[in-house]
Amino acid sequence: MSRADVVVTGLGATTPLGGDVASTWDAMLAGRSGVGPLTQEWAGQLPVRIAAQLAVEPSERIDRVKLRRLDRSEAIALIAAGEAWADAGLADSGLDPERLAVSIGSGIGGATTLLAQDDILEASGPRRVSPHTVPMLMPNGPAAWVGLELQARAGVHSVASACATGAEAIALGLDMIRAGRADVVVAGGTEAVIHPLPIAGFASMRAMSTRNDDPERASRPWDKGRDGFVLGEGSGVIVLERADHAVARGARIYARLAGAGLTSDGYDIVQPHPEGLGAIRAIAKAIADAGVDKSDIVHVNAHATSTPVGDVAEIAALHAALGDHPVLSATKSMTGHLLGAAGALESIASILAIRDSVVPPTINLDDPDDKLDMDVAAHKARPMDVPAVINNSFGFGGHNVALVFTRG
Amino acid sequence: MTRDEITSGLAEILEEVAGVNPDDVAEEKSFTDDLDVDSLSMVEVVVAAEEKFGVKIPDNEVQNLKTVGDAVTYIESNA
Repeated sequence: MSRADVVVTGLGATTPLGGDVASTWDAMLAGRSGVGPLTQEWAGQLPVRIAAQLAVEPSERIDRVKLRRLDRSEAIALIAAGEAWADAGLADSGLDPERLAVSIGSGIGGATTLLAQDDILEASGPRRVSPHTVPMLMPNGPAAWVGLELQARAGVHSVASACATGAEAIALGLDMIRAGRADVVVAGGTEAVIHPLPIAGFASMRAMSTRNDDPERASRPWDKGRDGFVLGEGSGVIVLERADHAVARGARIYARLAGAGLTSDGYDIVQPHPEGLGAIRAIAKAIADAGVDKSDIVHVNAHATSTPVGDVAEIAALHAALGDHPVLSATKSMTGHLLGAAGALESIASILAIRDSVVPPTINLDDPDDKLDMDVAAHKARPMDVPAVINNSFGFGGHNVALVFTRG
Repeated sequence: MTRDEITSGLAEILEEVAGVNPDDVAEEKSFTDDLDVDSLSMVEVVVAAEEKFGVKIPDNEVQNLKTVGDAVTYIESNA
C-alpha cells in the first residue's frame, strides 16, 4: 500500500515580528529583532526584563466580549488558524467536517489565566473566580477553540512536549493523514506566558538572557556572547492536506511535509544528552521517513535558542547526522523563543525558504563560537535554492523532533 | 432605586459581560432566549449584579430569574 503524500496548503501566524505570515516573513528576511524591554511594573523586580512580545495585540482582531473568554494563547491560536484556513482556501471547498482534524499544542498552556484567577481567589474569594477559568487554562483549549471555529469533527488533539510541541503537533498531523484518519489537519503551536512567574522560573534555571540593556542583541545563537534564550509569544499554524485531495481541488501547494523523526532522550528532565544522541536519531529518522538523502538537505532551521550548552550540542548533532554541508539559520535570534509555538513558526520559515529560495538570517552572530564549524546565514538573508530543509525542535523532558519539508 | 434604574444597571452588566446591546434590554426579555446569554455568562451577570446592587443571589434563586423583569423584581425586594 502506498503511503499518502502530505502537503502544506495554508500558513498563519501572529508573532513578535508581525500580525500575520507576510509581515513576519518580511521582518525575518530584513533581519529585524522582535525583542524589546518589558515595561510592565511587575518586570522591575525580575532579573530578566526583556521579551519578544506580540507585534499586534489580539484585541485588534477579536472582539472584546469573545476575548473575555479566551486565554491569550487561545486567542492567538484562533488568529493564526484563521489566517491559515483562509490562506488554504478551504472555507467554501465543501470539505467534509468529519475529514478535518486539529492538532495544536502549547508548551505551558493557560498559565496567565491560572495566575490571574488565583489573584482574584486570594483577594475576593471563590465566588469571584470567573466561570470561564477552566476552559481558558486547560492545555487543550487552543486546539478546542480552533476545532469549534472550523467545525472540525475528525478529532482535536493537543500534544505537549515543551519547546518541541509545535513540531510534534505537525508530526501528529502527518501521521493522521497517512493513517487515513483525516484529509486535512490544521496543525501548529501557540504560547503566551509573558508573566512574572514563568519568567522567574526560567530565570531561576539560569536559562534566560539577562542582557536587559540591549534587548535586540540578547538572542544571539552560536555567538560567543550568548547567555540564554529570550522568551517570546505567538502562534504559528499550518494546513496539512493529503496531496491528492489538494491537487483535486486545485489548491496552491507551498511544500511537501515529507517526513518526521521523533525520539526521546531518556537521559535528564532538562539537560539534552551531552552527545546529542536523541537529536541525531531524530534527524536520521526524519530523513529516512522522508525518503531523501542527507546530501539533499541544504538548509536547517535549527532549534538554536541562544543557550551556551544547547547551541553547540545541536551543531555536533547536525554534523553527525547530516555532515557539514547544510546552511544553518537560527530564526530565534529575531523572534525570541516561542516555546510551544517555536516549531510551528520555524516550520513556516522553512516552508517559505523553499518557496522563495532564500535562507533567513541569523542576526547577532558577531563573534561565532569556536565550535561552530558549519555555514550559517549570518546577519543577512542568503538567496539560494532550497529544495529540502530540516526544522529541528527540542524540548525539556528530552523530546526531539525533526521535520523534513521538500519542494511540493 | 427605581425599576428603570435597576434595568439600566443590568443592561450595563449585560453589555460588559455578554456584549448585549443595551437598547435590547427590557423587562420582558428572557436572558437565554432573547438576549442570548449562555449559562457561563449568566453566572458572571449574577456575580456582577450582586456587587453592583449589594444583594445576595443564591444559586437556587438564579433558575427563577428567566427574564430581566424577574431579576429586577428580585433585586428590588432584596437590596
